[in-house]
Amino acid sequence: MLNQLHVQPQASLALEVKNLDVSLNDGTAIVSDISFTVLAGQILALVGESGSGKTTIATALLAHTRHGARIVHGEVNVAGLNVLRLDQEALRQVRGKQVSYVPQNPSTALNPLITIRSHLADVLRSHEPGLDVAQQQASIVNALKEVELPHEDAFLHRYPHQLSGGQQQRVLLALSFITRPSVIVLDEPTTALDVTTQAKVLLTVKKLCQHYGVAAVYVSHDLAVVKKIADHVIVLYGGRIAEKASATALFSRPLHPYSQGLINAIPDIHLHTIPVPIIGNAPSLQSRGAGCVFEPRCKRAKLECKTSMPALEPLSAREDHAVACINLPAHAPQLKIIRSTGPASSRVLVLGSQQPLLEVKHLSASFDGKQVLKDISFHLKKGECLALVGESGSGKTTISRAIAGLNAQALGSLYFNGQALALAARGRSAAFSHQIQYIFQNPYQSLNPRQTVRQTLLNTVRHYFPSKLKDSHEVVAAALKRVALDPRIADSFPKELSGGELQRVSIARALVCEPSLLICDEITSALDVSVQAAILELIKSLQRNGLAIIFVTHNLGIVRSISDRVLVLKHGRIVESGEVDTLLDQPRQPYTKELINDSPSIVDI
Amino acid sequence: MHAIKQFFYSNNSQINVGLLLTSLILLLAILGPWLAPYAAQEMVDARYSLPQAGIALGTDYLGQDVFSRVLHGGISIVWMSIASALLGLVLGVVLGLVAGFFKGRVDQVIIWTADIFLAFPHLILVLLVVSMLGRDKWLIAITVAIAFVPGVIRLTRGLALSISKHEYIEVAEMMGYPHHQILLREILPNILTPLLIHLGTMLSWSVALLSGLSFLGYGVAPPEADWGLMVNENKGGLQIQPFSILVPILLIALFALGTNLLAEGFGRKFSRINESTEVSEHA
Amino acid sequence: MQNLELKDFSSVTPEQISLPATAGPIDRGLAEVTEHSSPLPSHVRKKGIISTNLLKWIAKRTLSSILGLFVISMLVFVATQALPSDPARVILGPEASEEATQILRHQLGLDQSLVTQYLHWIKPALVGDFGISIDSKMPVVNLIAGKVKNTLILLGLTLLVLIPAAFTIGIYLALHKDALLDRLAISFLIFVKAVPSFAIAYGLVMLLSTLVFNIFPAVSLIQANQSVWSQLQFMVLPMLTLVLSSLPYLVRLIRGSLIEVLQSDFIISAHLRGLSRTQIIWKYAIPNAVIPAIQAIALISSVLLGGALVVEVVFAYPGIGSALNAAVDIRDIPVIQAVVVFLASGVMVINLLADVVTVLLTPKLRTA
Repeated sequence: MLNQLHVQPQASLALEVKNLDVSLNDGTAIVSDISFTVLAGQILALVGESGSGKTTIATALLAHTRHGARIVHGEVNVAGLNVLRLDQEALRQVRGKQVSYVPQNPSTALNPLITIRSHLADVLRSHEPGLDVAQQQASIVNALKEVELPHEDAFLHRYPHQLSGGQQQRVLLALSFITRPSVIVLDEPTTALDVTTQAKVLLTVKKLCQHYGVAAVYVSHDLAVVKKIADHVIVLYGGRIAEKASATALFSRPLHPYSQGLINAIPDIHLHTIPVPIIGNAPSLQSRGAGCVFEPRCKRAKLECKTSMPALEPLSAREDHAVACINLPAHAPQLKIIRSTGPASSRVLVLGSQQPLLEVKHLSASFDGKQVLKDISFHLKKGECLALVGESGSGKTTISRAIAGLNAQALGSLYFNGQALALAARGRSAAFSHQIQYIFQNPYQSLNPRQTVRQTLLNTVRHYFPSKLKDSHEVVAAALKRVALDPRIADSFPKELSGGELQRVSIARALVCEPSLLICDEITSALDVSVQAAILELIKSLQRNGLAIIFVTHNLGIVRSISDRVLVLKHGRIVESGEVDTLLDQPRQPYTKELINDSPSIVDI
Repeated sequence: MHAIKQFFYSNNSQINVGLLLTSLILLLAILGPWLAPYAAQEMVDARYSLPQAGIALGTDYLGQDVFSRVLHGGISIVWMSIASALLGLVLGVVLGLVAGFFKGRVDQVIIWTADIFLAFPHLILVLLVVSMLGRDKWLIAITVAIAFVPGVIRLTRGLALSISKHEYIEVAEMMGYPHHQILLREILPNILTPLLIHLGTMLSWSVALLSGLSFLGYGVAPPEADWGLMVNENKGGLQIQPFSILVPILLIALFALGTNLLAEGFGRKFSRINESTEVSEHA
Repeated sequence: MQNLELKDFSSVTPEQISLPATAGPIDRGLAEVTEHSSPLPSHVRKKGIISTNLLKWIAKRTLSSILGLFVISMLVFVATQALPSDPARVILGPEASEEATQILRHQLGLDQSLVTQYLHWIKPALVGDFGISIDSKMPVVNLIAGKVKNTLILLGLTLLVLIPAAFTIGIYLALHKDALLDRLAISFLIFVKAVPSFAIAYGLVMLLSTLVFNIFPAVSLIQANQSVWSQLQFMVLPMLTLVLSSLPYLVRLIRGSLIEVLQSDFIISAHLRGLSRTQIIWKYAIPNAVIPAIQAIALISSVLLGGALVVEVVFAYPGIGSALNAAVDIRDIPVIQAVVVFLASGVMVINLLADVVTVLLTPKLRTA
C-alpha cells in the first residue's frame, strides 16, 4: 500500500550534515564526525542503542543541545542555510518552519494549560503572522485532517491530558507538518505507544513525508520499526557512524560487526531462532578509547582495532553503502533471514498429563473503580514458559501481580501444586512464597539503592533459609555466577551497575529463593536490544533447568523466541490462547491477527 | 572577584560557614557561663550605661552586665531548640512512616489529625499550651516539637509513599518481610537525606520560635538570662543603649543562620548529586 | 513565626517535596470523587468550565473544612478549659480563698461536665457570641472586631506589596539563573529567612526610625477612632517586617518552580517549534509556575495570620495578635478561645480557597 504512493521523480537535496561534532562542555565528545544527506521525500533512520548519540544528533539538526553540551563544529544545511551559523532570531524563524521536531514523549511535550487549538495557533502566529482568523482556522483544520485527527471545535478545545497517547503524538505531528517544513526530525516518536497505534502513526508519517516531499530524520532504537519506514539507515555506535546504507542493503547485507550483531539480537515474530546477544555493554562517554569504539565487544577485533579509529569508507563509488571497519571480510556473506515454518528446536516439550503447577480460576480485579480483569482462568505446567501478551491496559501486568500476591483488589482462586494459594502475599506461608518470584520491568528501581548486591542477596537468604548463612560468601558467589555475573560485583551498590547487570541481580535475588515459578514482567523493555537478547538467553536456560516462567510482554518477537504457550489479552479478558507457533502462524481471532500484522519485523513477508 | 564568585557558587562554602557559625554559637552558649566576668543577676553599674572598661557591652535595664548575661543566656535556647527539633523529627517520622506505608484507614486518621493541627500556626499552638500549662522548659521544648510533628508527618508520608512505589519495596512485601524490617531497612535509609535536611530547617525554626516566645515573655522566666528575653527586657533602652538588644538579636540570628545554611548546603549538595547521576544515566 | 517553610521547596529537592505539598488534599480528594462516578468517555466534551465532579469535590472539600473547624473548636476548648490548670484559680491568683474560686468556678460553669460546657460555649459561638471578656467585661466580639479589621488591613497591605515583589524578583532570578546577581540575591534571602521576625522588626526600627534614619514612627500610635487609611505611616514598618520575613520563601519558590518549568519537555519543544522567547516565557512557562505559587501564597497568608502576633507586639499595633498576647498574659480565656478559633478558621478558609483556585487553574484537575 505504501509502495503505491507517488514518489517524486527527481528528489532534491533537503538536508546536508557535514562533520558534525558535539561534546560536553568539558570537551568529552558525545558524537563525532557525523556526515549525511537526505533527499526530499525520503526517510533516513538513525539507529542506535543508548549512548549512541542518536538524540544528540537529532536535536543538533535544530542547533539545540541538552544542558551541559555544545556543538563544537560542523554544518547543518537546510534549504541553503547553515542552521548552526544563524543568530537567535534567524534560528527561531528556521525552527518549526524549515526544520521541525517531533519529540519522544508525547505526554510531556505539550503545555498542559493550553488547548490543542492554542498549540497550533501559536505555531502559525510565529511562522505565518500574515494569516487572518479564517485562514488560520482553515490551516489548523487541514493540519489535523492530515494527521487523521478529528477537527471539529470540540476536539480543538481539548487539553492535552484529554487525549490518548497516540492522539497526543498525532498533535505533535500536526504541529510539525502545519508549516510545511523541508526537514522533519522525529525522535523515537512511537516508543511510548502500543504496537497497533505505532503502526498507524508510522504510516501517517511516511505518507505525509512522501506527499509533501519532506525529508525526515527518524531516530530509533528499533531496527524492525526502521525497516518498516526508512529509505536509508545509519547505524550509530558510541557516537560515531558504524554503517550507512540503503534500508534494503542494510537488511540484506549488513557489513559492520555491530550491525550484524544488532540484527541477530532482535527477537522477531517471524523467526524461530533465539536471538543472539552482543556480549558486554555500550561504552560510557568517558571510557571511549583511541581505537574503534566497538572493539571491546567485537568478535572479529584485531590488535589494530584497539589503536586506530576506522574511517567510514564507501564500499564502492557506485554504491551508497559505507562501513567504518578495517576488518571487513573479503566476501561478506548475504545475510539470509528466512521465515521458517516448523516449530523451533528450542521448544521445551511439556507432558500433557502432569498436574499443573499453577491454576488460576475466575480471577478478576478492579482498579480505581474500573474492572481491569474479568474472569480469567488458565493453568501453567512445571517447566513451561507461558507468555501473557496484550497492549497497555489489557490486564497482563495485573494478572501477574495478582499471582505474585501484589494486588489487594483481586478476587478469584489460585492453586499452586494443587493447594489453594492466598491472594495476598502477606497471607502466604514462607513455604509457598519462596516458590513464586517476580522480576520487574524497571531494573533501576528493583534494588534498594542503599544496599550492596551482597546485602540484598543475603537479606533474602536470611529470610528464607537462615541456615545457609554460614557460608554466605559461597551463596552470593554462586548466585551471581548463575546469572553470568562476575562475583566481584557483590560489593557494588546498584548505582554502579548497568541496567542489564541490575536485571541480572534481580534474577539472582529471585533464584536464591529457589523458586519453581518466575514471573517476568516486561523485564527487557527498559534494556537495549543487545542486552535484552542476553537476558532472554538466561531466562531460557533457567527454564531448561525446570523453572516455570510467566513472561509478560507486548513484543510478539519475544513471545516467539522464548515461550511455549501464549495467552492474548484484551481489556481484561483472554481473547485467544494456544501453543505459540500455532497461535502466531494461524491466529483465529481478528484482534490477534491485527497484533501480528502490526508487529514490526525485519523479515520480508 | 573570582574568589567571591567561587564563594557564592559553592555549596561547600554554605556548609562550611554554617558549620562555623553553629559551632561558634554552641561553644559560646556552653562555655559562656564559665567565661562570664559577672554572674547573670549581678548589678554592675547604672541602668543602660554605655560600654566602658570592664563592661564591654554596657549594662541593661536593671544595670546588669550585658556581656555576662549574653554569655549566660545562650544555653537554654541552644538545648531547647536542638531537643525540640530532634523530638519533632522522631515523632513525625514514626507517624509519617506508619501512615505512608500502611495506607488505608491508619493513614487517613493520621493525616487528618495532622491537617487539623496544621491549621494552628506554630506560635499560637505553643502560646496556647504554655499559657495554660506554665513555662517549664521541657514542656516548652516538647510543645514546640509537637507543633513540628504534623509537618514532618506530611513530609515523611509523602516520601514513604513515593518510595513504596519502587519495586524493591514490592519485592520485600511479596517475600513477606516483617513490617518493621521494611520500614527500617528498606524505606527509612532511602528517605533519610531529605529528612535530615528538614531537621536543619526545623532547628532554625525552633530557634526563631523559642526566642520569639522568650521575647513575648512566655519562655524563660526572668531574672534568668536568655537572649530572646533580653530583647524584650531592654526594648525600652533601644535609643540609649542599643547593644543590650543588638547583641542578643545578632546571636540568635547567627545561630538560626548557621543551622539554616547547614540545611541549605546539604540540601543542595544532595540534590546536585541526584541531578548528576540522572544526567549520566541519560548520556 | 518562621514556620512558613513547612513546605519549604528550597531546602529539599523539588520532586521530593512537591509530593507532600501538591499531591496533598487536592489530588486525593479528586481521586476519591472520580472513583465513585464513572468518568465520562474522553470524547464527550463537557459543557462549561465547571464539571459536576468538580462541584462535588468543592462541596466535599468545604464540608470537610467545616468538620475540621468543629474539631478545632473542640481542641481549643479542651486546651483552654480542661487542661490540668484551673482557670478560676488562674484568674484569681494563688492568694484567693478557696470559697471565692469555688464561686467563680460555678459562674464560669466549670463544675459542669465538659460536654455541657462545650455546648454552652459553641452554641452562641456559632452565631458569633463568644461570651464576655473576663478582663474588660465587654462582649468578646465587640472587643476583637476592630482588632480583626486592623490585622486584616495589615495583612492585606502586606500581600499587596509581597506578591508583586515576589513574582518580579522570582521571575527575574529564574531567567538569570546562576548569574552573580542571582547568587547574591539567594544568599541574601537565606540570611533574611534565618532571622526571626522580631529581630527583623528591631533591625528596621534601628535603621529607619531611630539610630540611622528617622523616617517612620517606631511604634504604631494608631487612633482607634480614626480610619487606618489616614494613618498609613504607622503601617509601614510592621508591613515591611512582614514582607521581609515572608519574601525569601515566596521568591525562592517562584524562582525554583519557574526554573523547573523552563527545563521541562514542553518548553524545549516550544523552542524547537520556533516560538518566540517572550511567548514561551509568558504563555508557556510562567502560567505553569504560578500554580505551585498559589499554594505558597496560601501558606504564607496563614503563617502571616499567626506570625503577625510578634510583629504587632513589637510595634504595639492594635491587631488581633496583640490582643491575643494581652489575653494570654491575663488568662482572659473567652478572648483566647475566640482569637485562636478565628485564626485557625482563617487558615482553613485560606487553604480551601487556594485548593479551589488551584483546581480551577489546572485543566487536568478541573476536567477530572
